[in-house]
Amino acid sequence: MTTTRRTRQLAASAVAAALGVTALAGCGSSDDQASGSGGTKGSGSKTVTLVSHDSFNASKDVLKEFTEETGYTVKVLKSGDAGVALNQEILTKGSPRGDVFFGVDNTLLSRALDSGLFAPYQAKGLDRVAADTRLDADKHRVTPVDTGDICVNYDKKFFADKKLAPPQSFDDLAKPAYKNLLVTENAGTSSPGLGFLLGTVAAYGEKGYQDYWKKLKSNGVKVVDGWEQAYNEEFSGSAGGKKAKADRPLVVSYASSPPVEVLYAKPQPKTAPTGVATGTCFRQIEFAGLLTGAKNEAGGKALLDFLISKRFQEDMPLNMFVNPVAKDAKLPELFTEFGATVDRPATVAPDLIAKNREQWVQSWSSLVVK
Amino acid sequence: MLTLESATVRFGARAALDAVDLEVAEHETLCVLGPSGSGKSTLLRVVAGLHPPDGGRVLLDGADQAGVPVHRRGLGLMFQDHQLFPHRDVGANVAFGLRMRGVSRRDQEHRVGELLDLVGLPGAERRAVAALSGGEQQRVALARALAPRPKLLMLDEPLGQLDRGLRERLVVELRTLFGRLGTTVLAVTHDQGEAFALADRVVVMRDGQIAQAGTPLEVWQRPASAFVARFLGFDNVVGATVAGTVADTVWGKVPVPGGSPQGACDLLVRPAGVRIGAPEEGLRCVVGTRTFRGNHVAVRLTPERGPVLEAECALRDAPEEGSAVGAGFDAAETVVLPARP
Amino acid sequence: MAVPVAFFALFFAYPVAAIVGRGLKVDGVWQFGRIGEVLARPDIREVLWFTSWQALASTALTLLIALPGAYVFARFDFPGRQLLRAVVTVPFVLPTVVVGTAFLALLGRGGFLDELWGVRLDTTVWAILLAHVFFNYAVVVRTVGGLWAQLDPRQEEAARVLGAGRFAAWRRVTLPALAPAVAAAALMVFLFTFTSFGVVQILGGPGYSTLEVEIYRQTAQLLALPTAAVLTLVQFAAVGAILAVHAWTVRRRETALRLVDPARTARRPRGAGQWALLCGVLLTVLLLILLPLGVLVERSFDTGGGHGFDFYRALASVDAGGGTFLVAPLEAIGNSLQYALVATVIALVIGGLAAAALTRRAGRLVRGFDALLMLPLGVSAVTVGFGFLITLDKPPLDLRTSWILVPLAQALVGVPFVVRTMLPVLRAVDGRLREAASVLGASPLRAWREVDLPLVRRALLVAAGFAFAVSLGEFGATVFIARPDRPTLPVAVARLLGRAGELNYGQAMALSTILMVVCAVSLLLLERIRTDRSGEF
Repeated sequence: MTTTRRTRQLAASAVAAALGVTALAGCGSSDDQASGSGGTKGSGSKTVTLVSHDSFNASKDVLKEFTEETGYTVKVLKSGDAGVALNQEILTKGSPRGDVFFGVDNTLLSRALDSGLFAPYQAKGLDRVAADTRLDADKHRVTPVDTGDICVNYDKKFFADKKLAPPQSFDDLAKPAYKNLLVTENAGTSSPGLGFLLGTVAAYGEKGYQDYWKKLKSNGVKVVDGWEQAYNEEFSGSAGGKKAKADRPLVVSYASSPPVEVLYAKPQPKTAPTGVATGTCFRQIEFAGLLTGAKNEAGGKALLDFLISKRFQEDMPLNMFVNPVAKDAKLPELFTEFGATVDRPATVAPDLIAKNREQWVQSWSSLVVK
Repeated sequence: MLTLESATVRFGARAALDAVDLEVAEHETLCVLGPSGSGKSTLLRVVAGLHPPDGGRVLLDGADQAGVPVHRRGLGLMFQDHQLFPHRDVGANVAFGLRMRGVSRRDQEHRVGELLDLVGLPGAERRAVAALSGGEQQRVALARALAPRPKLLMLDEPLGQLDRGLRERLVVELRTLFGRLGTTVLAVTHDQGEAFALADRVVVMRDGQIAQAGTPLEVWQRPASAFVARFLGFDNVVGATVAGTVADTVWGKVPVPGGSPQGACDLLVRPAGVRIGAPEEGLRCVVGTRTFRGNHVAVRLTPERGPVLEAECALRDAPEEGSAVGAGFDAAETVVLPARP
Repeated sequence: MAVPVAFFALFFAYPVAAIVGRGLKVDGVWQFGRIGEVLARPDIREVLWFTSWQALASTALTLLIALPGAYVFARFDFPGRQLLRAVVTVPFVLPTVVVGTAFLALLGRGGFLDELWGVRLDTTVWAILLAHVFFNYAVVVRTVGGLWAQLDPRQEEAARVLGAGRFAAWRRVTLPALAPAVAAAALMVFLFTFTSFGVVQILGGPGYSTLEVEIYRQTAQLLALPTAAVLTLVQFAAVGAILAVHAWTVRRRETALRLVDPARTARRPRGAGQWALLCGVLLTVLLLILLPLGVLVERSFDTGGGHGFDFYRALASVDAGGGTFLVAPLEAIGNSLQYALVATVIALVIGGLAAAALTRRAGRLVRGFDALLMLPLGVSAVTVGFGFLITLDKPPLDLRTSWILVPLAQALVGVPFVVRTMLPVLRAVDGRLREAASVLGASPLRAWREVDLPLVRRALLVAAGFAFAVSLGEFGATVFIARPDRPTLPVAVARLLGRAGELNYGQAMALSTILMVVCAVSLLLLERIRTDRSGEF
């Protein structure tokens, strides 16, 4: 009932919008009908808008708690993957769609900071946040929210059947024992693909990584375009891969993938079907920041405080499958039981990434893809 | 009722209508007659408002129609190939104009029934247009054009595509109908028989200009030019020099009525004015094809000099094909036409 | 005319010009020198070359395979025809990731060909070409078939009587009449394949790259707006050239045709040749379209241990293990349908007005506009999406966060379909019927409604079906537009596929199956709306 009525209204206003375009364009004051409930409201509003990428997610209860504590309602706008979402913000700098942006990681951080996207704010409780994640510690333009590790995952069953030890390090992957087993993603278009490439740069240096990739190539690394394809089509350890008769037992994915496999299986297995090669990890740190020109600055600040609060940090892992940055946040059992601990992940300084990213990707691409 | 003041339409360099002045009086049926390409269809389109004139004015009841769109002119137009709406049945076709004028549904139905009766297709409302014969389509098209009681009904080659018998019958029906309804009609046709049977007045067009206007009888009796004469189907036209009541032609001396214009001119001899006699009398000719036309025979004669001559004679007098005859001329059936420009 | 022009100016030309300007203008001065710099790069040239030739090859192959299909669907009467015609349109709405999955099952490892003959076509150009056929089969069948069904077969019969052989009659009578529709279909297929994105990536592998991918990478990943701007201009030039060729070939061919009721032209096949043709087409459809779709359906029921509705049940609960969504995935169906409906209405209104205006007026300017309407098909979604962001940001047009932006963006792609399917039929309507109506007192708009509309209703339905399918499956623009609380089906599928875990994968397959069913049912319903031929007042 409601749906039909709503549909009709939608259709009617769409026609009106389509036909009234010329009128609208010439009309100075317009009611906010067309922009619906999502219209931006003036300052002093009780709505705070969080702009993020498609992977953002939070429990409803947690967001409700924020509203109860601060009086602000959170509205979430998601647009595209992490790169697209950030670039959209950079393009609309000065007239942002929201108040807080969440989802810029260390591979993109320099671009965000250089563009002056964020206004400085030192979030309350920042001292509880792991120091190694605070990459903008002097100016506080961004606040770290979570970390995630891009690592090679392996199909446990495959290696058990073959009585072969799974690889543990970058070096292992280039060994003949693991010939034709690894599938990775295009570093030019996929963020795990890029992360893995950066991991090899961190491990072998700007000079050595190309040689390493030559070895990987002669060891039969397969490159596909995106994570979905690599994980669901090519990786023999995943549900999709099994159905597609996939034959690659090694895939570049996330350290959190094994717990996710457990979580989304029915019935829940005793152990994860996949494991993590902990010596192949590149650490992503995701940040949030107050957008320059935010309409609801006070609300934005409150939201940033909330993002590193214990409540949010503990809710986050099962929603976004990332690790909390707050030291007092407890990891869910799923992670501690099925996840891997990555002790020394590879990292590359954000400004170095910003400077060399395109060149690294290009030489990687001409080396491996062509 | 309808007035055209030097209406002009040009297609590139060619003038389809060249400063045409025309007047159609209330309740009058005017037929525009002309060969294809003479501009007669363009004339209808200009009046209907389907084509804007490049010059001149169109007035309906004295009101200039410039800027009045087609659908507000209140005219009726019957297209050459009817253009019935294929996706509607007969009744819906006839009711179309009424519907456009917001006539109530009951009145529509009533009027449609009335018109279908009038055109001789009672009860045909639900029939599909595609299932109609040519004549029936014609009637439906007429009913459709008449239904909204147009100020002026225009007919484009109204009977063009129909067979002869049907055409002759319909012409009479139409004339009676228009007389009864008092409709003002502007028709265009290339068929002189149709025009003369239908019209109160005839206008002959040539190359976008009016070649002659008058009652059918006037035009028939006194064609204004060799063009009109030939268009009316008279082929016995030759150059001549008139002196007194005698014209000097390539066929020899031909008598003409008294009071004919003098000097160089074109001379028309109606077939009925060609008398066939013995070979030694008059112009010596060889008999060509004979065409039987009901009560008379048309005979083509090839004279010893000059162009082919058409003669008309009674059935029993028809000469044998190939025989030699002599041709004489009757002054009452000759017309002196103005000289070619 | 004014409405479609305003629509395109505001929602296409302005945003695209703005984003190109951002890239090519420095301090208000155009930097056209950059065009030369970018074009001199060998990698860019390679991309350009590959993009062009694969698009041409795909178009040719699609026409080759789909034209017999168009004939069969138009002229033969066989059980399940309507259903099948709706089903062949399904690939159109599926997200490319899902299609890739389906197609790999056919051509890739362990696929149909692999098992039978040990042939694997994945990571070859053939996979790309065949997938393009899979995607665009419906474009040809629907645009060409729609007109074909309405052509009077008696004209071909007349040619036969005059001594033309079967093929000669077809070539001399039917083909010229069909030419505008074939050209239109070819044009659309070309534009779709020229701007192909996902298919090339998934099936061809990262070694193959199209202009579209490069633009996406430069814009969305690298924010290298100058390079992206140049590439967008190159894309414009290429699309413009194709449009010019199209206009040139079609211009003289669109003439008034004798259109008849499609129901009268279809009949059961006769003779061995016709049966063979029918079987051949059905076999093609089975192999190329039904089989890959079947794989998806099968996987949606395959719960590992057996077959069942587990994944479908999981879809109905909001928090099936953690809450990927803020709303239940099933609600995504409602969202998709609503967006698609609105987008279809916009596309029909804008496209219908444009087609009507284009039918009535001739001249260079109008033809230019005709071509302009096709441009959105040849422009990257990311270009338009980013353009929206930087232009529609001020009142009264601050639409950046408005839901209307989704159907608007979708309608941009739908309008060319509406125009292309309707124009040939509209032009085929005898202009004097319109004149007859207006002499009888119908205003131009009324005459259009009374005469053209009933005659082109079939084409209109075809167009509406396309617009609907396009917006139902639209993904590129939808993901840019932030409405997380109202995900559409393709967006929901993509979100599910973006996560590890059997339940997520299974739900993605289940949701894809639902998307297929929704599409097929919507199209079937649309075809059921029959033209009322009895002449209601």
